[in-house]
Amino acid sequence: MDAILEIKNLKKRYGGRWALNGIDLELNRGDVLGLAGPNGSGKTTMLKIIAGLTYPTEGSVLIAGHKPGPVSKAHTAYLPDVDHIYRWMTVRQAIEYVSGFYDDFDHDRAERLIEFMDVETDMKVAHLSKGMTERLKLVLIMSRNADLILLDEPLGGIDPTSRDKVIYAIATEYRWENSAMIISTHLVRDLEPIFDKVLFLKDGRTALFGNADELRAQHNGSVEDIFREVFA
Amino acid sequence: MAMQAVFDENSPIYLQIMDLIKQRICASLWNLGDRLPSVREMAIELRVNPNTVQRAYQELEREGMVFTQRGMGTFVTEDQAKVETVRNELASRLVRQFVDGMARLGFEREQIRVKLDMYLENRPMEQQGDDEERG
Repeated sequence: MDAILEIKNLKKRYGGRWALNGIDLELNRGDVLGLAGPNGSGKTTMLKIIAGLTYPTEGSVLIAGHKPGPVSKAHTAYLPDVDHIYRWMTVRQAIEYVSGFYDDFDHDRAERLIEFMDVETDMKVAHLSKGMTERLKLVLIMSRNADLILLDEPLGGIDPTSRDKVIYAIATEYRWENSAMIISTHLVRDLEPIFDKVLFLKDGRTALFGNADELRAQHNGSVEDIFREVFA
Repeated sequence: MAMQAVFDENSPIYLQIMDLIKQRICASLWNLGDRLPSVREMAIELRVNPNTVQRAYQELEREGMVFTQRGMGTFVTEDQAKVETVRNELASRLVRQFVDGMARLGFEREQIRVKLDMYLENRPMEQQGDDEERG
């Protein structure tokens, strides 16, 4: 089967500093990659390059065979893309608005997600709590039938209830037969059961990559423990 | 929402899923020849990655505990002797864990027997219904 994502020797320089310094990665359908690393390790830069929002300095990125660009963007769902929903809209209007941009938006899935994520559809976006806003954004992203789903810190600063719902949404509505997913986080523990592969980024390089269960067996501990070991 | 299994993240999750499925089969929650939930259904119930469930199913098939039929799904083995063997293996492991734990606390053979007997005597009946999902 063809890889959904193929990254070869990816490098990105900002001024005199290498934000990414030679990353290789291949993801196939059904893969859920945990992209972990401390702040400044290159997680967001990597996701931005894959999403086509910034160019690599060296190396290549292919999404279902396409370089990042208009074609790949139609098949890639990137969480911060929906940061700019208008605050005066109601949740219902925001869903309609965002769905207009994407041919692959699945309205039935959006309805199911909105319901079990407990987001009130007649609330104004401006009036949603931080956790609610995160849930809404996740609904918008997970409702797309994208080949590649990129979630940059989806649990950033949200409460445990919201976190459980986010995890449940990923478990139930992720189209694993068709998509691959990358979730960046520094909260490894919360998402451990969802990952099947992990990549630890350290100073723009791959500090560790592997199947989550294999790593648990090799290191005799959780991915969280290994994370602490690598970044101690 | 369905029940949520809590896994010990210090050891491979697919191994724990295998144990959970073996327990269900040994406890006759799933009978010989029954169809298992699809990988996806199981992943949702357990809140884990479907690839991890897939791996557990593959390993169980390699061990002969389940078999797949193309296009039909995965089924519990029809071999009663196989289930009995696995049931005994699981039981031996529990006994070993119990006895090893007691020995670490300094209990001797006879004291362990007494403790076990005392517990069996006083064990409330209603607790026996909760045992199905225990590991």
